[in-house]
Amino acid sequence: MLAKPLLEVANLRASVDGKEILRGISLSVYPGEIHAVMGPNGSGKSTLAQVLAGHPAYQVTGGTATYEGEDLLSLEPEVRAQRGIFLAFQYPVEIPGVTNAYFLRAAYNEVRKARGEEEIDPLAFHELMEERLKLVDMDAAMLGRSVNAGFSGGEKKRNEILQMAVLEPRLAILDETDSGLDIDALRIVANGINRLKRPDNATVVVTHYQRLLNYIIPDVVHVLAHGRIVRSGTKDLALELEARGYDWLTDEKGLDGAEARAGVAGAA
Amino acid sequence: MSTAIETLVNREYQYGFVTDIEADTIPRGLNEDVVRVISAKKQEPAFLLNWRLKAYRRWLTMTEPHWANVTYPAIDYQNIIYYSAPKSAKPLASLDDVDPELRRTYERLGISLTEQKRIAGVAVDAIFDSVSVGTTMKAELAALGIIFCSFGEAVREHPELVEKYLGTVVPHSDNFFAALNAAVFSDGSFCYVPKGVKCPMELSTYFRINSADTGQFERTLLIADEGASVSYLEGCTAPRRDTNQLHAAVVELVALDHASIKYSTVQNWYAGDAEGRGGIYNFVTKRGKAAGAHSKISWTQVETGSAITWKYPSVILQGDHSTGEFYSVAVVNNRQQADTGTKMIHIGKNTKSTIISKGISAGQGNNSYRGKVKVLPRADNARNYTQCDSMLIGNRCGAHTFPYIEVENDSATLEHEASTSKIGEDQIFYCKQRGLKAEHAISLIVSGFCKEVFQNLPMEFALEAQQLLGITLEGSVG
Repeated sequence: MLAKPLLEVANLRASVDGKEILRGISLSVYPGEIHAVMGPNGSGKSTLAQVLAGHPAYQVTGGTATYEGEDLLSLEPEVRAQRGIFLAFQYPVEIPGVTNAYFLRAAYNEVRKARGEEEIDPLAFHELMEERLKLVDMDAAMLGRSVNAGFSGGEKKRNEILQMAVLEPRLAILDETDSGLDIDALRIVANGINRLKRPDNATVVVTHYQRLLNYIIPDVVHVLAHGRIVRSGTKDLALELEARGYDWLTDEKGLDGAEARAGVAGAA
Repeated sequence: MSTAIETLVNREYQYGFVTDIEADTIPRGLNEDVVRVISAKKQEPAFLLNWRLKAYRRWLTMTEPHWANVTYPAIDYQNIIYYSAPKSAKPLASLDDVDPELRRTYERLGISLTEQKRIAGVAVDAIFDSVSVGTTMKAELAALGIIFCSFGEAVREHPELVEKYLGTVVPHSDNFFAALNAAVFSDGSFCYVPKGVKCPMELSTYFRINSADTGQFERTLLIADEGASVSYLEGCTAPRRDTNQLHAAVVELVALDHASIKYSTVQNWYAGDAEGRGGIYNFVTKRGKAAGAHSKISWTQVETGSAITWKYPSVILQGDHSTGEFYSVAVVNNRQQADTGTKMIHIGKNTKSTIISKGISAGQGNNSYRGKVKVLPRADNARNYTQCDSMLIGNRCGAHTFPYIEVENDSATLEHEASTSKIGEDQIFYCKQRGLKAEHAISLIVSGFCKEVFQNLPMEFALEAQQLLGITLEGSVG
C-alpha cells in the first residue's frame, strides 16, 4: 500500500510582477523518493522551488500545495522551514559579519523549538557540526567564516548542503545546486545528498543538466516547459533528454492547445 | 515592501517616562546674569566664573553652524531653561541618601545606585538634568588615587586639576555649541587617573534629562596621566515629550605619555515620534588629545537615539607614536537625522589613526558620515585607515558620506574604503528559509554589519548595544 504523499501539488499557478510563470503544475512526492525537475531555461523550474519555499516576490494565482496533509501555501516561509522544508538556493545569499556557526545554530535551534525541543548549547552543537562537516568534506575553518561572504561559487553550494546536513529536512528542494560545480565538487555534493537520504524524507532536485543525475538516481523525472510539466518518467527520461535535448518536448508542448500557443506568441 | 522590517523598527521607546520630583529651576532665557547665577549656585571659584563669562561673550559673537546635513526649525535660545536640579540634590554623605524617587528612576533605567546592588566592575556617576546625583565605587577608586566624581565636586575638591586641563582640548571659543556649553554647563563627570595606574573597573556616566524645556549642558573632563589607562562608558536617556530639547555637551580627554583612554558611548536619547515630533537635539563636541608619546585615545559610539545628532568625536595626535581610533554605529529611523563622524589630526611623528563607521538608515531617516583626516607638515609617517559602510533598510531613507582629507606631508599613508548595502528581500528570505523570523533575521544582519564596532565595546555593553539596535530598528523592515 502506498503511503500518503509528503508533498502534493495540484494545478499550481504563480506569477511574478503580473507575469504568469507557473501555469498549472501537478506532482506528488512520496517519502523516500527523489524527484528531478528538469527543463530549459525560463521553463519555471526555479520559480517552482521558490514558490514552494514561500518567496514573497511570487504570487500564487491558483491551485494547491499540500505538505504533510496541510495547506502549505498558507504557511509563512519560516514556518515551512521549521516544519522541515529546506531550499538549497541557486544563489546563496551573503551575510557579512555573521559566522556560519552562529547562523547554523540559530537555524537549528528554530527547528528544534518548533518541534518543542530544547535549544542546543554551543558545545553540543560544535560536536554535531564536526560530524556533519565530514558529509560535505568541508574544513572546520569554514564555520568561523561569515555566511557565504567571499565564498567561491562551489563553496557556497557546498555550504548549502552542509546546512541541509545539519537541519535534516523532510523535504529538500535543491535549486540548480549542480550549476557552477566542478566534477569533484559535484561528486562531494551528490554524496552528501545520497547519504542524507532516508525512507521518511524526500528530495526534489531542480536541474538543467543530466550530469548530477549520474550521481543521484531519481525515482521520477519531470520535464517543465512554459510553466507546465510536459512529461514525467523514470531516470531514462533524463538520459533521453541528454541525448536529444529539450526541443522535441517543448515542440510537443506547442501542440498542446490555445494557451501554449498564446504563450509562444507572447514571447515572440 | 517587506512589512516585517516596518514592524520591527517601530517599537516603543521604553525610557520615555517622567520622574515627578521637585526641581530648583531658574527662569527661561540666557544673559550674563544667568551665567553668574549658575556659577554662584555651584559656589565656583573666580577662575571658572571668568572662563564662563569669556565663553558667553564669545558665544554672543558667533552664529549657529548650518553646514551639517540636517534641517530643523530655528532654536530660540531665550526659551530654554539653563539650570534645573532636583531640590534634594545636595552633597550626599552616602549613596543611601539619594532621594528614593531618583533611585527608582535609575533602577528603571537599569542603573543601581545602591551600593549593594551596583553592577560588578563598574563605577557609575549618575547625572540627572543639570547635576550629578551620585557616584558609586568612589572609595575603591580613591584607594588607587583615581579621582572619579561629578564635575562640581572636582571644582570644589581639585580646582588645580580643573584649572590646569579645562578647555585645553575644547577651548571656550571652539564652536557655537561648545561656547554655549562653556558658559552655562551645570555639571558632568570628572576623572583623573594618576601616573602608572590602570583603572581596574569600567567608569561610567549615566545622563538623564527629566525636566521639560531644559537644556542639558554637561561637561566631562578625563585625564590619564603618564602610563595610566582607563575605560569609560556613557549612556543617555530622556522622557518622551513632543517638544525638542537641546543637549549640548562637551567631552575633553587628555592622555599623557604612554597613557590610554577608551571612551564608549551608547546614546539613546528620546528620538521623537514616527512623525518627527519631539526628541533631543544632540549637538555635542567630543575631542581627545593624545598629548604624550605612545598615547592612545579610542572612541566607540553607538548612536541610536536623538531627533538630530551632530557630533564628531575627534583625536588630536600630538605625541609621537600616538594612536587615535573611532568606531561608530549610527542608526536613524523614522524622521531621525544624524550627521556624525570624526576628525583625526596628525601632528606627531609615526602617528596612526583608524576610523570604522557604520551607518544604518531606516524609515525616512537621514544618515551622514562626515570625517576629516588631516596630516600636518611635521607628522612624518602618519597612517590612517578609514572604512565607511552604509546600510539602507527600505527605500525612503538616505545615506551620505562626506570624507575630507588634507595631507601636508608626503610620507603619509591613507586608505579609504566605503560601501553601501541594502538589507534586501533576498537576505531576509534566505534567513526565513532557514527558520528565522524577520526580526531575528534583521538583527542578525545588522549585528553582522556592525560587528567590527561592537567588538570594541566593553563586553557588558556590547550585548546592550546589540539589543538597543534591535529595538531601534524594530518595524523598519516591511
